[in-house]
Amino acid sequence: MKYNFTVSPDFPPERIASWYIFNTWLQKKLDIAVHLELHNNFKELQASIDNDAVDIIYTNPFEAAGLVRDKGFMPVATPQGISDEAVIVVAADSDVDKVEDLKPGVKVALTDDQDVNMISMMMLEPAELNKDNIELSNQDNYVLVAKQLMNKKADVGFFYKAAYDELSGMIKSQLKPLVTSEISVIKHMFLVSPRFKEHHAALQEALVTMSDDDKGKQIVTDLGFEAWDKQTQEETEFMIDLMDTLK
Amino acid sequence: MADMKKQDIVGDFKEYTLSLYDGSEKTVYVTEVETPFPEGKLIVSRTDTSGVITHCNDAFVFMSGYQEDELIGQPHSILRHPDIPKAAFKDAWDTINNKQKWNGYIKNLRKDGGFYWTFATIIPNIRNGEIVGYASVRRKPAMNKVEQAKALYQKMLAEEP
Ligand SMILES: Cc1cc2nc3c(=O)[nH]c(=O)nc-3n(C[C@H](O)[C@H](O)[C@H](O)COP(=O)(O)O)c2cc1C
Repeated sequence: MKYNFTVSPDFPPERIASWYIFNTWLQKKLDIAVHLELHNNFKELQASIDNDAVDIIYTNPFEAAGLVRDKGFMPVATPQGISDEAVIVVAADSDVDKVEDLKPGVKVALTDDQDVNMISMMMLEPAELNKDNIELSNQDNYVLVAKQLMNKKADVGFFYKAAYDELSGMIKSQLKPLVTSEISVIKHMFLVSPRFKEHHAALQEALVTMSDDDKGKQIVTDLGFEAWDKQTQEETEFMIDLMDTLK
Repeated sequence: MADMKKQDIVGDFKEYTLSLYDGSEKTVYVTEVETPFPEGKLIVSRTDTSGVITHCNDAFVFMSGYQEDELIGQPHSILRHPDIPKAAFKDAWDTINNKQKWNGYIKNLRKDGGFYWTFATIIPNIRNGEIVGYASVRRKPAMNKVEQAKALYQKMLAEEP
């Protein structure tokens, strides 16, 4: 039996090769066949989830919520030392210096990353902005969100902090962050489908001990973090509860 | 629950007596010093089914002015401010016991007698259909909304028996 593995499309493009290397490691470690399929956007990812074509996934808690509550996915691990945070950004020469300066009617550039969008919408609440009194401009990626701000086609941009940090210095010099979330408890997760159940324990053990040897450690570092921590069902349920409070 | 201690209070204060849901009374000392909500943060706590605090995050501890070990095991009303009417909390409890999510503007009392406003959401943690506890997440409120809440709560307090 061949399993399907995917990663939510919110990682920097430079990491694509690292995920393929991770997948090779995974297949050797568990002695199973795994096909890695990466999607260009969340819509494509959702279609593949709807077709039950995903057995193993690394994704944000917004997507994980549906997988756990509706499709019986089981949590395996979470990355150590990094959390999902969002940044609200305007053009460097904008008159706006804080969220409270934003007025109804502002045009917001954003991607289809609902995890980031939800955290960002929450950070606009102090200005009494909500989806009914702002204009949304959907973009395919964060570089395009930045360009919308630089070209004055949008007033505000929503960024995944990890993606904002990786923008070039040239782009960042033309932007001004207003507020960055410091939530700490919202994290990406590694999950598996009920079809993968027989390998769940072996996978969890392999991930949690992955950084104990140099080779494993290097692969994890290339993915952008230090190690995997075990993620329990209750920790996952609680993170999903937290996401519910932000909706 | 223990009364507040005068030596912990920073600044001029007024004294109030709160009557709690369990029938007990608590003396609190209240100042006019406001602590602003920390930008970008969420204040998170969990309770058991009776409202006793079981977990809280760093922002919660920081904003309350207490140490973490002074909070864990205490009823959540340790933060209750006399400016919030009883009916607001009754509405919250009725809603969450009904397995629904509750939202509202809450003024909390710090250990030092000061206060902070939050936009709070409380949800039941439901596992296999049963409520196993509650969680609350507070975020930065809009100033206008706080002004509206203040006016409403003053009216409700004036009408309290
Ligand atoms: C998860 C959770 C969070 C709560 N957070 C607060 C809070 O921040 N401040 C507060 O005064 N009451 C909070 N309450 C309500 C208290 O339990 C309590 O009802 C309230 O302080 C009024 O006290 P009383 O019920 O003894 O009259 C919370 C309750 C729950 C279940």
